[in-house]
This record gives sequence, C-alpha cells and structure tokens, in this order.
Amino acid sequence: MKDNRSNSQLVLENVSHSFGELHVIKDLNITVEQGELVVLVGPSGCGKTTLLNLLSGHIKPISGNVKREGIIRTVYQQDGLFPWLTVSENILMGLRSISDTAIQEQELRELFELIHLTGFENHYPHELSGGMRQRVELARAIAGDSDILLMDEPFSALDYQTRLRLRRELLRLLAKRPRTVVFVTHDIEEAVQLADRILILSKRPAYVCSELQIEAQHPRSLDNPSVITAMKTILDELGLHTSSDLDVSEFNNLTTQ
Amino acid sequence: MSIKTNKFSILYPIAVIAVLVIVWWTICFLQLVPKYQLPSPFDVLKSFKEELLSGRLINDIIASLWRVTIGFIISACLGIPTGLWLGQHAATKKALLPILNFFRFLSPLAWIPFAILWFNVGDKPAIFLLFLATFFPLVLSTMAAVANIPKIYFNVAKDYNYKGTELLTKVTFPAVLPQIITAMRVSYGIAWVVIVAAEMVGCQDGLGYGIWDARNGLRLDTAVCYMVVIGILGMLMDKLLSQLTKLPNTRWGYER
Repeated sequence: MKDNRSNSQLVLENVSHSFGELHVIKDLNITVEQGELVVLVGPSGCGKTTLLNLLSGHIKPISGNVKREGIIRTVYQQDGLFPWLTVSENILMGLRSISDTAIQEQELRELFELIHLTGFENHYPHELSGGMRQRVELARAIAGDSDILLMDEPFSALDYQTRLRLRRELLRLLAKRPRTVVFVTHDIEEAVQLADRILILSKRPAYVCSELQIEAQHPRSLDNPSVITAMKTILDELGLHTSSDLDVSEFNNLTTQ
Repeated sequence: MSIKTNKFSILYPIAVIAVLVIVWWTICFLQLVPKYQLPSPFDVLKSFKEELLSGRLINDIIASLWRVTIGFIISACLGIPTGLWLGQHAATKKALLPILNFFRFLSPLAWIPFAILWFNVGDKPAIFLLFLATFFPLVLSTMAAVANIPKIYFNVAKDYNYKGTELLTKVTFPAVLPQIITAMRVSYGIAWVVIVAAEMVGCQDGLGYGIWDARNGLRLDTAVCYMVVIGILGMLMDKLLSQLTKLPNTRWGYER
C-alpha cells in the first residue's frame, strides 16, 4: 500500500542491556538498511529475543541509542494471533489505519489470495494448522502501512516441511511487498536461505562477532555451493565443527567416552 | 472432547434416577423409616400437584428467580469491571486483595441480621445477600484471569496501536471472557444455594420460604417437592449459562 518508504530506519548505537547482574547485550552496533533482510543467528540464550524487544521498543536499553522510524510489527514464534478473532478480523488489525472500508475489503481480499487462505476468512486461529496460523500472522504484519518486520523465530515451532515451504512463502510475499526485515533464528539453514546479510552474535553478553553478506539469487536451493559455504562459515563461527572437521584426537575422545 | 455417545446414552442418567426413586419408594413401602421422617415419592408427587394447582409453586419460583437474577446482575455489573480494573493495577490489587479475600470467606448468611436491619423484609435483603455471595468471587476470579493474560497479546496490541479503552474492550476483555463465563457459572451456583437460606428469613415467598413454611407445617412432602424443584431449576439455569461457552469468540478458551 505504501509506496513512499524512504523514511524507515533501524539503527542500534552502542546499545547495552542487562537484567540485574546479567549482562545480555554489550556495545551493540547494528544498522539495518532499507528493504534489507537481516538475519540474526547466535547460540541459544545469547539475547536474540532481548535484542528484538529493544528494536521494537518493548524494552528500553540501559545505555546506548535505538533509532527507529516507521511502523514496526513483530511476528512471533506462535500464539501471536488473537484467538477470539477470526482470521479476517486478525488481518484487519493490520489494516486499521485505512478508513475507507471499500479499500480495506479490497486489501483484505488481496492478502488472503497472497497467503493462499481464501475460504478460511471466518475460521478461528485454533481451527487452523500451525503453518496456516503463521501465514495469517505474516499477512497481518505485512498488511497496510507497516515498514519494518521483526520476526522472532517465526517458523521454529513448525515441522520441517512446513518450515521449508514458509521460507519460500516469506520471500514471495516480500518480493510483492518489500519490507525491511530483521529475522531471528537458530536455524542456520533458514538464515542462509533467506538472508541478504547474516549477523552472527556471540555468547552472552552478545555482540556481533561476524557479518556475512549473501548474494546468491533466490530461490536458493540447499545444495547451492554458496549456500553450503555460508553454512560452513557460520558453523565455524559458532564453534560447531562439521563432521569432516573432526580430527583424530577428537574422534578418539568421542569413541572412548 | 465429547464422550463417545450412542443413541442410548441419554437413557443412562434416566435409569440412575429411576433406580434411586425405586430405592426411595421401597424404603417407604417397607416402612424402614417412619413416614413422618421420610415422605414417599407418591406423597411428594401429590403435594407437587397441589402446590402447582394452587399457584403457590409458580409464584415462589418466579420470586426466587427474580431475586437471584437481580442480585446476580448487580454483582456481575460491578464485580467484573472491578476485577478488570484491579487486574491491571498491581498496587491497588495488592492493597485490596486481603480485604476481598476476607469478605469472600465470610459466609453471606452471617450478614442476615444486618440485611434485615438495613433492608427490612421482602426482596431487598435477599438481593443484598446474593450480591454479597457472588460479588467477591467474581472480582477475584476476573482479577486473576486478567493477571494471567499472556504478555504476547499486549505486545501485539501495542504493535497495532490499541490504547486505553480500546485496549480494554478489544484485548483485555475478550482475552479473559472464557474465564469470566466460568466464574459466572460458579458464582451463579453459589447464588442459587444462598437464595434458599436467604429466603428462610425475611421473606414471605420464594422457594426457600416454601421449604421453611412446609417445615413449620410439618409438610415434609412439600419440602421435598420444593427441594426437587430447586435442584432442577439450578441445573437448567447452569445449562443456559453454559450456552455462553458455545459463542464463537469464546470457544478457543475451552478447546485446549
């Protein structure tokens, strides 16, 4: 709907955050470019969700600066839909700023076609499968005048095949309705298939320990050489060796244990 | 989640009732218990016909239903909003919780002397007692339900610009509606139990008064007849309230 998205911006400057004694994030600097899909990966418990909450403004950092312009919406891992509203009422939440009901209706219909859920308008979330629910959440977040999507492991609660399908679906939606996206995941494969840029976070307190630009064309199949290389790089960065990297001494350790 | 049913399943509860009545009748027939201590099913049926024809039973049913409905509506209209409000204000909640709990555990029947002193006789003291019996449980359960709303709903609400009154009516209230309905069913049950006792004092009609009056006239058959009516009406009213759980926008709360 919105053509003029030249004013969205998302910048973290020297952001630190802690919960009591627990330092979660330390001197973090991240700039997300317009229309970019940035994926954050890192060891579990490194503060990825805290980082998203800082980006969305749900929590304020202890020090540093978060610059945020444009309408930000978050897609959650699950249960982000309001269970007391039907699918179309949920999506209409994203179209609240449109006052003309005819345009709203038109937009709603297009979104249903986009997520291939035409016919499910009057269903309630608990009547849908997990994958369908996430598609509705995507539609709601992308509806209307949103600028930035924050995605908190949106596909992690789904089965593998649905996850593969939804990755493709997300890219298709973004091709039709470009948005700036920050995507958090622990799934390295997912990161490499989706990202324009991957930021690898360190253990707590989190800082960006390396950055990876991925240029390969979409759709990226999993046997694409650049996908495989990128995945290897990330695994190395995270200190997770692939089996071919196991040296003999480590192998002996494993077998004697 | 429904129990596996077949076309005879409706007969099971009827069979249980029939067996109970037969046992009851046998006890009376064999005179295991003296007649003045336990009226037989036939006596009860006869007195039912008598009360029905004289119009007294209908009059008492209407009187009791009226009092319970008014008392219940007043306490729902005050209790649910109070609970919603307290659930969102931690400090006030902390301040009021002990006193709310205190009154919850204070039997409404303890208020009978004051009810009569303040409201004389008739509908008012009974309605006052019913209010006291249902207000506190409703406030407390609504409050607990609000405090347990998943935080994710409020985060989503913030993303989509729900604020103030709209946040209350479009997010908080629907999120707790299933629990409020359950709380209403429970406190309606309390109200129906309390009405019988409340009407034994200070009333000249109503199902509770009917039992009291029958006891004074040593008409235990009439007392049993009233007891049966009270039980059946309670079940019917709960059935009516349970229809609320079938509303499309509350179903999610019961299907987990």
